[in-house]
Amino acid sequence: MEVKLTVNGKPVTATVEPRTLLVELIREQLRLTGTHVGCDTTQCGCCVIHLNGEAVKSCTILAAQCNGKDVLTIEGLAKPDGTLHPMQAAFREHHGLQCGFCTPGMVMMGVDIARRLPGADEKTVRQELEGNICRCTGYQGIVQAILSVVNPAAVKDHHHA
Amino acid sequence: MRNFEYHIATDVNAAAALLKAKEDGKLMAGGMTLLPTLKQRLAAPSDVIDIGSISALKGIRKDGDSIVIGAMTRHFDVAHSDVVKSAIPALASLAGQIGDPAVRHRGTIGGSIANADPAADYPGGCMGLGATIVTNKRQIKADDFFTGLFETALESDEIVTEVRFPIPQKAAYQKFRHPASGYAVVGVMVAKFADGVRVGVTGSGPNAFRAKDFEAALSKDFSAKAIENVNLKADGLLSDIHFSAEYRAHVTGVLARRAVAAA
Repeated sequence: MEVKLTVNGKPVTATVEPRTLLVELIREQLRLTGTHVGCDTTQCGCCVIHLNGEAVKSCTILAAQCNGKDVLTIEGLAKPDGTLHPMQAAFREHHGLQCGFCTPGMVMMGVDIARRLPGADEKTVRQELEGNICRCTGYQGIVQAILSVVNPAAVKDHHHA
Repeated sequence: MRNFEYHIATDVNAAAALLKAKEDGKLMAGGMTLLPTLKQRLAAPSDVIDIGSISALKGIRKDGDSIVIGAMTRHFDVAHSDVVKSAIPALASLAGQIGDPAVRHRGTIGGSIANADPAADYPGGCMGLGATIVTNKRQIKADDFFTGLFETALESDEIVTEVRFPIPQKAAYQKFRHPASGYAVVGVMVAKFADGVRVGVTGSGPNAFRAKDFEAALSKDFSAKAIENVNLKADGLLSDIHFSAEYRAHVTGVLARRAVAAA
């Protein structure tokens, strides 16, 4: 079957099977491999993308369900000239990653949190990250990076004190 | 995942007709349970009928003494609805505790109750609040809806269209989350109405149920102390490698007391 959607601002027409997952379309057909598959069971959040502006797990939605919709992946965050999105810059500044595998999902969820909850405190940011797992357990830097965007006054970063 | 034919239903009648016509069709709402189930090949339907975009099934409204929520309304929208937050804050709180933010952006109330996972939050909320489940054919009291483990009173071509929640005087939902899955090990909705108290329990048994001994005690005296010595029997409750039936029975009492205190 044919699906038409917008991915990172560009119109895409693709032939998929009904069972093709959105993340399979993104990674295997469009070759946008920044979106990762960690668990494939809707738990780890490595595959978080934005669908019509909202964070969803792309391993648990069919490509067919995204027909006519707008998809934003990690590749679509930075400006075309390479200038990082403020959330990406914050992850770099606060060392919000170790191995980097969960990072695309963390950044996409961070952008979603910033959209929904400007001014959120640290506890709220940690709660909102309950669907994103970092197996390096490097949450401190991740939380501080997101906080630095949503609520700079709440940042307690020893490296930049 | 086995392959299937994919259909988008534009209205409930079309979905019901497809469900009837196809040999082994399955409805999909948000897909938050169905897709993982298909991936594990626990189900392999011939046809998946997507009802998630039927706009007539979305929305939240106050209708007299009830809050009415369309079946395809997402957990995120219930959790953040001003109508729900002002009339039944316990229900908004319940919706906001399901899964995680990305799951709440997709999962729906109709999908949750039709699936009737023993550890899902909404079934306990429906029992505690005395909800009425409206389908394309009839109205079903929550008491008659949840009939067993992943079993409901729904007929094979019946579709949940909305859920009606009577507005209680006060209510609270307390949940002991499974730390890995986020599902309720036990969840308890306590709701006080003019004519008595209802206590809905999820997670403890094979399906959501009412803790009638708690209800009787709380209807006389709405205080945590009133149920201090009322114990839920462990007979028939779920037991797994994590939590025994006795443990679930105990936690049900603890959460019921916390819910009364929080209401």
